[in-house]
Amino acid sequence: MNQSVSKIKGGVHQNPKHDSAHKHVSGSAEYIDDINEPTGLLHAYFGLSEITCGTITSMDFSAIEAMDDVIGVLTADDINGHNDISPTGKKDDPVFAQNIEFHGQPIFAVVAKTRAVARKAAKLARVEYQTEDHITDVADAISQDYPLVTEPLTLKRGDAAQGLENSENRLQGNMRIGGQDHFYLEGHIAMAVPGEDDDVLVYSSTQHPSEVQHMVGHVLNIPSHAITVNVRRMGGGFGGKETQSNLFAAVAALAAKKYNQAVKIRPDRDDDMIATGKRHDFLVDYDVGFSDDGKITALDATFAARCGNSADLSGPVTDRALFHADNCYYYPDVVLKSKPYKTNTVSNTAFRGFGGPQGMLGGERVIEEIAYALGKDPLEIRKANFYGDTSRNITPYHQEINDNIIGKIVEELETSSDYQKRRKAILEFNSAKGVIRKGIALTPVKFGISFTATWYNQAGALVHIYNDGSIHLNHGGTEMGQGLNTKIAQVLADEFQVDLDRIKITATNTGKVPNTSATAASSGSDLNGMAAANAAEQIKTRLIKFACETHNVSEDKVSFVDNHVQIGDEKISFNAFINSAYMARVQLSAAGFYKTPDIHWDREAGKGRPFYYFAYGASVSEVSIDTLTGEYQIDRTDILHDVGKSLNPAIDIGQIEGGFVQGMGWLTTEELWWDDTGRLRTHAPSTYKIPLASDRPRIFNVSLADWSENREMTIRRSKAVGEPPFMLANSVLEALSMAVASEQDYKTCPRLDAPATPERILLAVEKMKGG
Amino acid sequence: MANVRDHIRFVLNDEAIELASFSSSLTLLDYIRLQKSLKGTKEGCAEGDCGACTVLIGRLTQNGIAYETVNACIRFMGSLDACHVVTIEHLKGENGALHPVQQAMVNQHGSQCGFCTPGFVMSLYALWMSTPNPTNMQIERALQGNLCRCTGYEPIVKAAIEVSRSSDPVHDILNIEREKIVTQLNDMRDALRIEIKHGGDLIIVPCDVADLARARIQHPNSTIVAGSTDVGLWVTKHMRDISPTVFINHLSELHHIDVAPEGVTIGACVSYTDMQSTIKEHFPQMETFWNRIGGEQVRNMGTVGGNIANGSPIGDTPPALIALNATVALRSDTDQRTMPLKDFFIEYGKQDRTAGDFLEKIFIPYLKPEDTFAVYKISKRRDEDISALCCAIKMNIADGMMRNVSIAFGGMAGTPMHASQTEKLLEGNAWSLETIRKAKAGIDADFSPLTDWRASKEYRALAAKNILERFYIEMTEGRSAAQLDRDAILETAL
Repeated sequence: MNQSVSKIKGGVHQNPKHDSAHKHVSGSAEYIDDINEPTGLLHAYFGLSEITCGTITSMDFSAIEAMDDVIGVLTADDINGHNDISPTGKKDDPVFAQNIEFHGQPIFAVVAKTRAVARKAAKLARVEYQTEDHITDVADAISQDYPLVTEPLTLKRGDAAQGLENSENRLQGNMRIGGQDHFYLEGHIAMAVPGEDDDVLVYSSTQHPSEVQHMVGHVLNIPSHAITVNVRRMGGGFGGKETQSNLFAAVAALAAKKYNQAVKIRPDRDDDMIATGKRHDFLVDYDVGFSDDGKITALDATFAARCGNSADLSGPVTDRALFHADNCYYYPDVVLKSKPYKTNTVSNTAFRGFGGPQGMLGGERVIEEIAYALGKDPLEIRKANFYGDTSRNITPYHQEINDNIIGKIVEELETSSDYQKRRKAILEFNSAKGVIRKGIALTPVKFGISFTATWYNQAGALVHIYNDGSIHLNHGGTEMGQGLNTKIAQVLADEFQVDLDRIKITATNTGKVPNTSATAASSGSDLNGMAAANAAEQIKTRLIKFACETHNVSEDKVSFVDNHVQIGDEKISFNAFINSAYMARVQLSAAGFYKTPDIHWDREAGKGRPFYYFAYGASVSEVSIDTLTGEYQIDRTDILHDVGKSLNPAIDIGQIEGGFVQGMGWLTTEELWWDDTGRLRTHAPSTYKIPLASDRPRIFNVSLADWSENREMTIRRSKAVGEPPFMLANSVLEALSMAVASEQDYKTCPRLDAPATPERILLAVEKMKGG
Repeated sequence: MANVRDHIRFVLNDEAIELASFSSSLTLLDYIRLQKSLKGTKEGCAEGDCGACTVLIGRLTQNGIAYETVNACIRFMGSLDACHVVTIEHLKGENGALHPVQQAMVNQHGSQCGFCTPGFVMSLYALWMSTPNPTNMQIERALQGNLCRCTGYEPIVKAAIEVSRSSDPVHDILNIEREKIVTQLNDMRDALRIEIKHGGDLIIVPCDVADLARARIQHPNSTIVAGSTDVGLWVTKHMRDISPTVFINHLSELHHIDVAPEGVTIGACVSYTDMQSTIKEHFPQMETFWNRIGGEQVRNMGTVGGNIANGSPIGDTPPALIALNATVALRSDTDQRTMPLKDFFIEYGKQDRTAGDFLEKIFIPYLKPEDTFAVYKISKRRDEDISALCCAIKMNIADGMMRNVSIAFGGMAGTPMHASQTEKLLEGNAWSLETIRKAKAGIDADFSPLTDWRASKEYRALAAKNILERFYIEMTEGRSAAQLDRDAILETAL
């Protein structure tokens, strides 16, 4: 029905700007802390535990209550419902802890007339504790047999033990992979406004409004229908606001209902970083068998994770690590095991890639080991192990891969980046054995798209056309900077063949679209785009029927074209047509729905098709290191990435560049450091170093694989883009590793752990010199 | 005190404001967001490290008015008398359009979540006005104090390039209205001390250095506030009561840079930015290092005097100044004491101070023509990071011998200090890799560094030793043999 060449402004496959760009640059985009404050607004602030493990024996708030402008102190006793916000129902995540399980765990909240007073007062509590021994590191958790926070997973195909036994070559090793703080620029915040009956309206900086709604209900013991959660935009999320917003929203709502005043809660950056979860650190052990020509024959690997004090999302996160340990490689006999360990650190949570990056990095380390053992370029080993098209194409979770394009991507990138010539030049450069050494690496990415919790793969949208022809769009996804709203509006513009500026994108609201899934797992545009298209289809069906009846034409004579509706020979402006439809009492509103087809997952059996499709990409990074100090720089990165048929190439390139640099930070300068008492000491930008403009690759070439189309029926054949590019940064770590390996003429794998801070680089260089 | 003023006067965007009765710890960010409802400026970290709160401050100088980026989150209102504060709300294009800097950011898809964006726009705005045709390195330097977690920075750098090619700052409002603002700010000045009382809190803004000396005698326990890049955090992070406060950053006498035949004398309030051209001209060996102190906003606010006076063991400038045999002048009432900087630092948390004194001047002798000098800063992240260790090496290399060896380290002990054992192992010995390698043993004798989140003690010791070797290779084979060459790659890529 749609025209093959669209004349509208801002349709799909075009590059309209982010819908809020003009507001971002002028400071007029409203975040929660910018909303005009309701009269009498109160402010809440958390009191945090000052020990790492133990129990509270007494709490004395008299000094707090004596302070001017303090309204009161909230503790577990104020909770009418459940003192629990565990997202998986394990009841292991209290709002206010009584048994302390990490340093900086929230134990009470002060409510005061100003934020400054609440924050200052929260420091005045006299809390006494009974202290117990603690464990913060995953290696200690393993050696001391600490409990797991959730059920581990095993993926198994063939007989790994036998395969290893029979292998021509075999090696074992391990790798430490650090965690990562999200460092969204807008920290956590919630504001709750009480209403009549049980009602409460919650403004929350969250990726998961429906869960905030459920958790507020759970804590306050009120039904979901009493709670409305509103999210216009977040100042960044990256997974850090998938479950971690629950705490703030619950306390704001609790205080709002208790004092019958609006209440806002916004932690200082340091407290945000101390009291909310991060990316999981991993310790990966591997035992791999391989042939003389570098083909993997068998792999047995264990992925132990620092999960923190509770399960949170550690189950699905460690599952996804296993799902991505194969990356693009076929393992004939394989067993992969997850070990989600409890530790006395803040409960780790979702973060872009959701365990996938850690799993994939472990898999890439195995490739690197084989390459050094055989004295070959790791790229050769990669190619030798790529999944096949018709054979060697079954994953460790028994899903058949039938959309594999990694060979083509790597081949194109290898050529466009001039990889072979540059690698040769680098080997030559390093042979002079100077202080500065270089490294280069080409690493691939294959990332599975869909929530592994199958029921999450559903979405809703609400579309109204008003009788002036303007369109109101609402959907269940949340905008955190990724341009989701823009893409969904493009889909709607394309459906109706109207200009994008006719469409108003409105704040995500649990009252408009219910039972939504988190905007996570890169699924935002796949799910919500289809739901919005479905809503548009419903309205269009009614409009077409109306046009046929009034003009006495058949359906094939009606089309939406360039802000008009073509009915037979007559072309009517969209506005006029809509108005006449309204006058004829045609329903101009629809709720759309979508669920991803054909996916299923049997966790017990470790078998199924958890992913609807895969997104692919590859990158080449070249680095220089200083062997005297361990300092380094990224000289150049080339990326070729697959987003299917892009809904918005400019936005997708932004996701790729941003994801890569964030991944690079994870693998280089971003280090979480706990002291012996169990305190996290890197809890602010002064101590926790995310990349700056001057850290991005000196030369940075990013391209889309513009020939790619999703083989599945996704929205306009596009592919998800949020998470996959993060793992393109793996090439940086491996290039650094190569530069280190030059110390021993590439005869030994440096086994460089992440993050590769200057210190780790220098100590690795020293080990090479000593060895 | 005969005549005091009980309020400050300043211009916020296009509004002249008189502000009385506020506390020492009131920050510019809280003032503009909470009292003026200007919500475009954001709080990202409240410690001057993320730049989301970047605004411009115009201050009167000998050459008219200088607009510089600052972090509003750690800037106190007490420091703003006779200043022009420019926030994101002041940026406008013609006929209601976006400002050219803003439009370039939109065109290049330079915002994603948008929270850091107003801060970036302000940094780009300041860059565009001061450097209409910036190089890649200048753009990166201007953005060192701004964190973005979404874009990977590429489109923001492109926006800086686009606006430099598309628009001329001559027609910008801050240039058109420059004279008017200068007059307005000049009219706000008088020769009076400002004293603001708010409950038990006291702010003193002395009218000159003699008045500062008097104020310090009157209130010897007062907190001296210059650039507030450190004191700011006492308030925003530690919630300390800093009253009574004495604000000194406006005192023109403390901004003097006196270039004399034997060396340079700088007033205590000379900022890192103020020093930039002097460094370039007289201490060019420090230029690259100087650009790695803090971010642009911190260099605009922070003072060399404050870097010394706060006594930190990890301040960036003391190792270099100690190696250069700099001296500091402290003043108490009318008495002046001068001492070598190395003697100012007594132990961790303790400096050679007397009650009611203040740091007035720093004298930095020139290098002799025969001196070789280098400064090295090692940090986890190259820019806008606190050093894991910092080292300055000065020596006279002649006839194959090392003489007058002066080496100082920061981050290796409780104070910045000379590596005296190492110096001894080098002094009077042959300029050779062998001697240098032998002298590494001196580092272990000089220092027992600590392990913390910035580096382990092992790394600190090892890197300190290797820096000696780097110095040798650099001086014999050239800089690029021993250091990463960022600039070359980037500029050739343009």
